[in-house]
Amino acid sequence: MINFQYARANDLADAVRRIAADPSAKFIAGGTNLVDLMKMDVERPSRLIDITRLPLKTVEETADGGLRIGALVPNSDLAYHPLVEQRYPLLGSAILAGASQQLRNMASTGGNLLQRTRCSYFYDTATPCNKRDPGSGCSAINGLNRMHAILGTSEACIATHPSDMCVALAALDARVHVAGPAGERAIAFTDFHRLPGHTPQLDTNLHPNEIVTAVELPARGFAANYSYLKIRDRLSYAFALVSVAAALELEGDRIKEARLALGGVAHKPWRDPAAEAALKGQAPNEGNFKRAADVLLRDAKGFEHNAFKVDLARRAIVRTLTQAARGTPQSQSNKKIV
Amino acid sequence: MAQGSVARKVPDTIAPPGKLTVTLTVNGVERKLSVAPWTTLLDALRDHLDLTGTKKGCDHGQCGACTVLVDGRRVNSCLTLAVMKDGAQVTTIEGLANDGALHPLQQAFIEHDAFQCGYCTPGQICSAAGLIAEGKARSADEIRELMSGNICRCGAYPNIVAAIQQAMGQMGGKS
Repeated sequence: MINFQYARANDLADAVRRIAADPSAKFIAGGTNLVDLMKMDVERPSRLIDITRLPLKTVEETADGGLRIGALVPNSDLAYHPLVEQRYPLLGSAILAGASQQLRNMASTGGNLLQRTRCSYFYDTATPCNKRDPGSGCSAINGLNRMHAILGTSEACIATHPSDMCVALAALDARVHVAGPAGERAIAFTDFHRLPGHTPQLDTNLHPNEIVTAVELPARGFAANYSYLKIRDRLSYAFALVSVAAALELEGDRIKEARLALGGVAHKPWRDPAAEAALKGQAPNEGNFKRAADVLLRDAKGFEHNAFKVDLARRAIVRTLTQAARGTPQSQSNKKIV
Repeated sequence: MAQGSVARKVPDTIAPPGKLTVTLTVNGVERKLSVAPWTTLLDALRDHLDLTGTKKGCDHGQCGACTVLVDGRRVNSCLTLAVMKDGAQVTTIEGLANDGALHPLQQAFIEHDAFQCGYCTPGQICSAAGLIAEGKARSADEIRELMSGNICRCGAYPNIVAAIQQAMGQMGGKS
């Protein structure tokens, strides 16, 4: 690991001041991804600003019946929080589908949003990578791209966002609260992460020197009809080939409202209003779920080693929507998919 | 930068920072350490405190051999910077036995032959102690899932699960 300076932020204003004072400084909280990337020589900050003592560790109900989750709430605490278990079980399920319990104990809510892709070429400093070294080229497009994206790719980058938690947050219409030198603002979750385009080095729409302070959930949690299904190469502790977060609000024999977000298929959690609109007002049956999957995947494009993901995603969408409609969400410990 | 070039920008040389003082309570004993900012908790334990029970496997948070308890919670010490844990309580495999009597998990691992080479065992046992304290695992499926951050390349998994089930029963959910 490279040598770096270490400083501890005393409060939010101090954190913002310190990051603005050093263009190559980085914030550190859980460190599960950043320390790893520093060991791999991918991240080379001159200074780490430790934000773990900031008062951003609470989960609070909001006035409109939602939930405000402090950026430093550990992933495991959030998954097991009583209000998340009761009202937002989709979020808890997605969190528990990711990483290991040790990592979930360390990893923060804000850090989960800001983790970088696990594209093996991004990690391998001996190979070109536009995300790590802009303009150097993409090794994955014609390389080993089994884990890579099938939606929203560009000629510059086909990396995926690795988070499970973020897939659920996208489906649940979360908002990301941030603070920076220009003050505070909130960003809709689906606008937080970016598609690669010509600037794959930028994962998010955070401005320079901004810090994530909280993630806010609206009141509607879809606790009755939801499921998070993650398909991967191992039964546990592996990144998604495809994951699906599905949430339905049913009224009689019709779908009143549908949410559908995919992980492991794009540079950001993938949500498509057209696919959700295709479900609205329809009966919750296989034929309608297949049609919604076709809408969502209409522009999907596989590469040499991941073309199978298009059909895998289609089937996973149908299966997850079926689980949600039946009120039988996927268990994250019993791996049988029913 | 030219297309295809993999040259990397090297930041201006910075002066190596001085060492920082960190106080950790390790296995109940307060220890003052002088460490560089990039010293991981794993290296601090092994190289500064000679507590070599905690193992370095992958050094990237993928194998779990370095698992210790920090303030009662299991973490990967290889991805933890020691300076960030100033004031914390750390429990390693060396701290689990009580007055010469093996911890129920240590005893259960022996009784169930829950290891072959033994390299992953300190991490497995510390992780299992964290799991029992969390109180979220009841079935064998749940134990397997919540122990998935600890890899055993000898493949002792069935016996590890059996050992944890035994200790969990003896300890009544408390670590």
